[in-house]
Amino acid sequence: MKKEWPVWEVFIRTKSGLDHRHVGSIHAADGKMAIENARDVYTRRKEGVSIWVVPSKSIVANNPDEGGELFEPAMDKAYRHPTFYELPEELGHM
Amino acid sequence: MELVKELSENEKIFEAKIEAGQNIEPKDWMPEKYRSTHIRQISQHAHSEVVGMLPEGNWITRAPSLKRKVTLLAKVQDEGGHGLYLYSAAETLGISRDELYEQLLSGKAKYSSIFNYPAVTWADMGAVGWLVDGAAIMNQVMLTRTSYGPYARAMVRICKEESFHQRQGYEIMLTLCKGTDAQKKMAQDALNRWWWPSLMMFGPRDEESTHTEQAIKWKIKLKTNDELRQQFVDQTVPQATLLGLTIPDPNLKWNEERGHYDFGDLDWNEFWNVVAGNGPCNKERLEAKRKAHENGAWVREAALAYAEKQDQKAFRVAV
Amino acid sequence: MMKQAQLQYLLLLADNPLILGQRLGELCGHGPSLETDIALTNISLDLLGQVRNYLQYAAEIHGEGKTEDDFAFLRLEHEYRNVVLVEQPNTDFAWVIGRQFLFDAYHLPLLNQLATSKDSQISAIATKSLKEVQYHHRFSKEWIKRLGDGTEESHSRMQTAIRTLWPYTNELFTETEVERQMKELGVGANLQLIKTEFDAYVAEVLSEASLEKPADVWSKAQGKEGIHSEHLGYILSEMQYMQRTYPNMVW
Repeated sequence: MKKEWPVWEVFIRTKSGLDHRHVGSIHAADGKMAIENARDVYTRRKEGVSIWVVPSKSIVANNPDEGGELFEPAMDKAYRHPTFYELPEELGHM
Repeated sequence: MELVKELSENEKIFEAKIEAGQNIEPKDWMPEKYRSTHIRQISQHAHSEVVGMLPEGNWITRAPSLKRKVTLLAKVQDEGGHGLYLYSAAETLGISRDELYEQLLSGKAKYSSIFNYPAVTWADMGAVGWLVDGAAIMNQVMLTRTSYGPYARAMVRICKEESFHQRQGYEIMLTLCKGTDAQKKMAQDALNRWWWPSLMMFGPRDEESTHTEQAIKWKIKLKTNDELRQQFVDQTVPQATLLGLTIPDPNLKWNEERGHYDFGDLDWNEFWNVVAGNGPCNKERLEAKRKAHENGAWVREAALAYAEKQDQKAFRVAV
Repeated sequence: MMKQAQLQYLLLLADNPLILGQRLGELCGHGPSLETDIALTNISLDLLGQVRNYLQYAAEIHGEGKTEDDFAFLRLEHEYRNVVLVEQPNTDFAWVIGRQFLFDAYHLPLLNQLATSKDSQISAIATKSLKEVQYHHRFSKEWIKRLGDGTEESHSRMQTAIRTLWPYTNELFTETEVERQMKELGVGANLQLIKTEFDAYVAEVLSEASLEKPADVWSKAQGKEGIHSEHLGYILSEMQYMQRTYPNMVW
């Protein structure tokens, strides 16, 4: 069975930004490639950007569903991707 | 006796979120139908972006000026990026990138039929940007409000980048129409070939369209196919007039009563044939992607092998 | 006379990224992965941006209403000043990476020197291009290592590509009359200095990638003098097609 390049989550802090924000994911074979791919796809060569890439399988996330009293709150590995997205600021301008 | 089905707790929570206009996120419980519909919808969208790189990509080496060359390159690159955002969103639903490619290359998955038409002159770059991206934008703006979180967020990102695509296409047409007779002729010819396929982008007639109700509930659709098609015609006719071009529809006429343009019937035989795989470029497009994927296998394997070796080296050093 | 030499030097600087950018443009949509497609397109975009800067300057110097496009699209084969290395085809991904790696190993030191050129416009263009080329340099280095030290197949393909492309590297350091003049004026780069850096860097990376550095071999590449390989004719046919078929029009 052919192996594919693992998934990495991408976090970007813009020059004027305060924190790294989750922007999406990319596939890459190693960390260096992940940074390069993230840069190519998510920053289009913007200056002064800080990029973090994390293998998706390393992300640990909680289960934020409401009605939690009916479920066992579980510290769980993210299914594939984390759920603590921030809404992109662009949404405000739409 | 009618069996009354009790909604499970999960379904209640899910339905409540949909009602309240809240996003469904990857870790939320969702009906299997929701998951499979979204995998199909999002991946089809992703495949369209990626296959869409081909008709335009083939003009990069022949662009008539340096400025046109770089803007076309940037546009095609954007489309690749959009494909990536969408594959990422689809993957959150529990399917791998390789599986998605398998579906595309085997012919199992669909992509927008418009890309099965050939881009044969430079003016096609204008027509495609103006009409095809124009039609795509109409759908895309709707989707920024769609219920599935990762899909909505990918669409916000895409919409932000998309407006340059349509403007670029229209500007190419404008330049041609203000140019020589040969250029005007080229522009009119491109419009003649891309007009009807662009209308077909909105899908079958409403009466032949399945799943519309569900799509509207889950906010994959806000308007019906025919509504969008009408909107597209209404907004595009004045744009063509401005260019001094004639839309190739003898039945196109402003209807004062309706407040819309009446337009001719589409060739539905062509529509269904192209969807079924008999379009001018269906086989070519898939063959190109298949070749790229197969020829690239050794590269992808090498990158993985190298990464593993590096990991092992690091481990040995640490130990 | 000085103006002629200056013009020729600008064309020499522009033509390498022009032809290389053109070759990379052929790959769009056909790469081994979507991510790689985007990366290679990025490089092509960067290079073509540099071309525009050089050719706009050249047009300014030439005067008589000439434009960047006149230089890009309307010269004859023997008037192009690119090295034969960048004409080499996209045979497979190892060739693409090999060609890129060898060119970047020359391009980065070249721009570092040009950043202090006595010609302020050349120095500005070079300075602006440096960040981009640093990125290309890193990209091609990492891929040489991945392919050289990946699988047996990738190693074998990468070795073949390097061995076949190697003779074309000589030309990078063969000083033409124009380059000599520009060097002496403090406008152009010193190729010997570039060669020293190139040799050390290439030896280091190839070794890291467990690739054998080919022995130096004689070659008759003279692209900088306008004597090109058979590839350039086809490249230009495609590139110049619109401007030749529809002359004197605005696009």
